[in-house]
Amino acid sequence: MLRFLATRLLSALVVVLGVSVLVFLLIHLVPGDPVEVMLGEGSQAADREALRQALGLDRPWSVQLVQYLEGLLRLDLGISLYSRRPIADILLERLPATLELAAAGLLVAVLIALPLGIVAALRRGTAWDAGAMGFAMLGVSIPNFWMGPLLILVFSLWLGWLPVSGREGPASLVLPALTLGTAMAAILSRMIRATLLEVLGEDYVRTARAKGLSWSRVVWRHAMPNALLPIITLLGLQLGALLTGAVITEIVFSWPGIGQLVIESIHRRDYPVVQACVLLISLTYVAVNTLTDLCYAWLDPRISLGG
Amino acid sequence: MRVYFAVVVLGGWILLALAGWWLPLEPHRIDLQRILMPPDAQAWLGYDDLGRPLVDRLLVGARHSLLVAVLVVAISLLAGTFIGAVSAYWGGWLDHLTVRVIDVFLAFPGILLAIALAGLMGPGLDNVVIALSLVGWVGFARLARAQVLALKHREHVVAAVSLGAGRLRIVRRHLLPLMAAPLIVEATFAVAGVVIAEAGLSFLGLGIQPPEPSWGSMIREGTRYMLVTAHMVLVPGLALLLVVLAVNMLGDWLRDRLDVRGGGERR
Repeated sequence: MLRFLATRLLSALVVVLGVSVLVFLLIHLVPGDPVEVMLGEGSQAADREALRQALGLDRPWSVQLVQYLEGLLRLDLGISLYSRRPIADILLERLPATLELAAAGLLVAVLIALPLGIVAALRRGTAWDAGAMGFAMLGVSIPNFWMGPLLILVFSLWLGWLPVSGREGPASLVLPALTLGTAMAAILSRMIRATLLEVLGEDYVRTARAKGLSWSRVVWRHAMPNALLPIITLLGLQLGALLTGAVITEIVFSWPGIGQLVIESIHRRDYPVVQACVLLISLTYVAVNTLTDLCYAWLDPRISLGG
Repeated sequence: MRVYFAVVVLGGWILLALAGWWLPLEPHRIDLQRILMPPDAQAWLGYDDLGRPLVDRLLVGARHSLLVAVLVVAISLLAGTFIGAVSAYWGGWLDHLTVRVIDVFLAFPGILLAIALAGLMGPGLDNVVIALSLVGWVGFARLARAQVLALKHREHVVAAVSLGAGRLRIVRRHLLPLMAAPLIVEATFAVAGVVIAEAGLSFLGLGIQPPEPSWGSMIREGTRYMLVTAHMVLVPGLALLLVVLAVNMLGDWLRDRLDVRGGGERR
């Protein structure tokens, strides 16, 4: 178990390093002069030189990379070009909103997917199944930047039940969470259906039924715990989609989180902030995936034995 | 049954996108008398906030989304398959390096990397293609690598090796034909992903730039006038949903027909 833990953490560390370097390279590999892009084409040569110095872009690449990585270790992400404030502070301000949205989206996804997936598996081949999977197909295909406006149109503008945008009170969370959770619910319900069908074909399920247990007891006590493992892995993998989905959802609903910060910063040409946001989201994703793997190993003794 | 829906919608998409070159479309004709007007005989999907006919803009947008999808999927498929297949067949340090690079790229969830790239490179159709291709090759590389690893010890490959066939010849003649089915399924789902991604980038203002229409930017423009009228946001969104739905259905059908396991569950 310890060896598994060590190798898994080590490989995660390598990925973290790679991601940090790639994010650093982003700003340097992009064709053209980032300083000129930031200041505009008509800018003075002296101003460009000053900004270049302020950003440390006049030094050799290798020195810049080492300084950048050193800064990361000290959690020093640099200064925003737009607001002149430490980027770490800005991120900390925005993070709660994004976490709140992601958590709510996840909750919506599970609440929709669990009943849909179970019903589709138990009533396989019936209209229930077709309906649930039709919904899943629709949910996978509907982009959240259209789903969001549709929900606003119906529930805010026509019915007047919920606020259009912003982050004020629990009511304002409903539509963003629905928008974000639907795509994930769709994928999740397909997965739950597939794994549950597989498990329901096992001998021990037939035995449990044969000894007279009710279907609900068989499903909840015997089938679901075993179907849960692949579902947990999928949840971890889907968290990435949830995080990027949050970027677009935040724009649709003017939700003041990290996603909105990325896009604002891109439009303001505040590249250090863009860098920091991309890094934060990716590292969160890596951390979640690593945790998922470890959870999986912890829940399934066969994996840890295999090393 | 569902595959007919898919074929009809996709055929319509491609046909209308291509027909746009010959039709007398006027996506930039501003008519201030008709701002936000509902459909009439001249523009049977209504007018936008500048009085431009939505149907013309929709067709030009279809051309853009088709162009981006074909280019990005073709580039990603070729580059990804080449990198994945070669590195798996060569093995050794090259393969180790490829795996690391793939891992790092996969650590960026969804189109986040494309958003950052498009944002840094500046908007425009060519930059959208570059950004999405830089992200898109990874999925194909991972799939091709896994396929080659599974196939390279098959008997017909060993036989070819012992007959003295070169590495590239083996990859091309003895491995690629067997990998075609999963790659085709992956490419189909990739089309859906790229269509959504292009529209998403344009929605965020990082893709195709106004006044050129894209379904994504049309949705964005539509959201600003939702209080007044809904057709501006409904029309491009419905077109987008239909196309993506059709591609996904085709992908599901192909996966069942070609008997490929997994794939298509990531976005």
